[in-house]
Amino acid sequence: MKYRYAYYTGCAAKGVCPELDQSTRAVAKALEIELIELTASSCCGAGVIGELEPDTQLAMNARNLALAEHLGLDMMTICGTCQGVLSRAHKELASPDTRNRVNAAIADAGGVYNGNAAPKHLLWVLIKDIGVTRLEQKVVRPLTGLKVGPFYGCYILRPSEYLSFDDPYNPKSLEQVIRALGAEPVDYSGRTKCCGFPIVLEQEANAMRMVGTNLIEAQDKGADCLVTPCPLCHMNLDIYQERAEAEMKRPIGLPILHLPQLVGLALGLAPTDLGLQRNMVDTGGLLADLARA
Amino acid sequence: MRIEIEIERSCPEEGKAPYRERFRVEVPRHVTVLDTIIKVKNELDGSLTFRRSCRSAICGSCAMRINGRSGLACDTLVESELHRFGRLLVQPMAHMPVVRDLAVDMGPFWDRVRAVQPWVSRPAGEEPEWPVERETLMDQDAVEEMDDTSRCIMCMACFSACEVSEVDDRFLGPAALAKAYRFVADPRDAEHGERLKVLNGTGGYWDCTRCNQCVEACPKDVKPMEAIVDLRREAIGSGLTDTIGSRHITEFLKIVRREGRLNEGRMPINMKKANPASLLGVAPLALRMLRRGKLPFPVHAPIPRVREVRRIIDRKGKGDEEAS
Repeated sequence: MKYRYAYYTGCAAKGVCPELDQSTRAVAKALEIELIELTASSCCGAGVIGELEPDTQLAMNARNLALAEHLGLDMMTICGTCQGVLSRAHKELASPDTRNRVNAAIADAGGVYNGNAAPKHLLWVLIKDIGVTRLEQKVVRPLTGLKVGPFYGCYILRPSEYLSFDDPYNPKSLEQVIRALGAEPVDYSGRTKCCGFPIVLEQEANAMRMVGTNLIEAQDKGADCLVTPCPLCHMNLDIYQERAEAEMKRPIGLPILHLPQLVGLALGLAPTDLGLQRNMVDTGGLLADLARA
Repeated sequence: MRIEIEIERSCPEEGKAPYRERFRVEVPRHVTVLDTIIKVKNELDGSLTFRRSCRSAICGSCAMRINGRSGLACDTLVESELHRFGRLLVQPMAHMPVVRDLAVDMGPFWDRVRAVQPWVSRPAGEEPEWPVERETLMDQDAVEEMDDTSRCIMCMACFSACEVSEVDDRFLGPAALAKAYRFVADPRDAEHGERLKVLNGTGGYWDCTRCNQCVEACPKDVKPMEAIVDLRREAIGSGLTDTIGSRHITEFLKIVRREGRLNEGRMPINMKKANPASLLGVAPLALRMLRRGKLPFPVHAPIPRVREVRRIIDRKGKGDEEAS
């Protein structure tokens, strides 16, 4: 196999979004990507632990990156939030002073990190390592006629100081993937906005207005579904969609796909192998439309 | 080069709805958006209304939305905008009523800044006597702690970019909260505790969704969201722990310490343990999640080598690694 990565699932894919892990593995197999799971990796802290204890969060991620470095591989993430936190840790740990300080703190907790494992989101792997052309060649069931709204989420874009893959105001990678799969990207302002997940406990009405506004804008611009590289966005847009409908006093019913679920459909994988039956907003209509196309 | 600039114009006074007008102008290659707008006003339409003063990213007057991004027009090159977006669209800032064209009523912004009492409060009886003859000196470390937030030029780009401000006009917003942190961090200020208490409720630091839009938009690298996070940390440190936001952080850390991972099946139980009856409110959704196989069991086996993670979380003298 040409492509090998240390696979960092993050927490959501092991808990509330098992379909993300399942579809990632199915797509990796189809694209001949070998994934070596970092079973001993911990939560990245999600920026939440970092709010109270930034040094603890940084040390946890030095340990996570060290696990990948030990395999001599780059790390592949499947969560926009994990990616944001790990990219920041990776950049901060590029400074030898910071690295030495953190390594001293984790010496009895998994060893040292030398700064040699770059964390890359699946989205970036598809664009940069696999390449759009190769991805196009692997498509066996083009998603012709499907209009897909890209929903990036915050942490894969901002702060760009730590990410520097996409332009935070005009990202293109999800659109490139959507086109490579034969579908059509929908242009709407919500594509770079926040899903509101971080305040869903604190201010649920605000979070639901954010979900509702973004979904309705995409739907009004013709989207048949959204695709997101972040399972936390997925939770808010999918699981909480019924609450957003109540807040906005309008039915929405917009299916929300994880990135590898969308890719997998175009690669000809069975919907059940991509865990599409687990999505809370029913994907049956979408699949029926695709089957007819 | 000859370029086209599209400007969102309006005159609410005359009851005119916003409309977009295109102007074509000849500009030098490295021209800024502001100099382009000035040229449009001078040569094509003298009625075009906007604020500007220094043209050097110091005064903060010319913030507007440029291709959707809130920022300073004097700090933005036309050529790079055309390269990034293939067009140049200029609109007034968001979350404030438009007075005319690109000039907004800054009242809502200043109300928020005033609400955080942006001045040093001396302890009672220690107010300097007027006229003040001597400075009140601080040590350099203290100055550095509030350095980021002191750089703010009140341009309002962050407020315009703020996503919570888009859905809730009670939120104080990034600039005002960053300003609040500047005074919480000021060792001369006597009201730290009071400031934290006042901002612990609705509209304060817990309402931020951490979207990073303000960090991205700020032309002075103030990082307002980081200051909001600093306020949260100060609040928890000073014992203000009876908020959903504070409990979420501490329960998150507890679950990760036990299992090595966050277990979303556990979080609602931990968050609502003070009021178990409130769990009934989430029961219908939980049942539907269960049917879809999306409800994690509240207790998971820990990850392999979880002890290493616990050691990191438990280690003594956190934050003082330099000493080791």
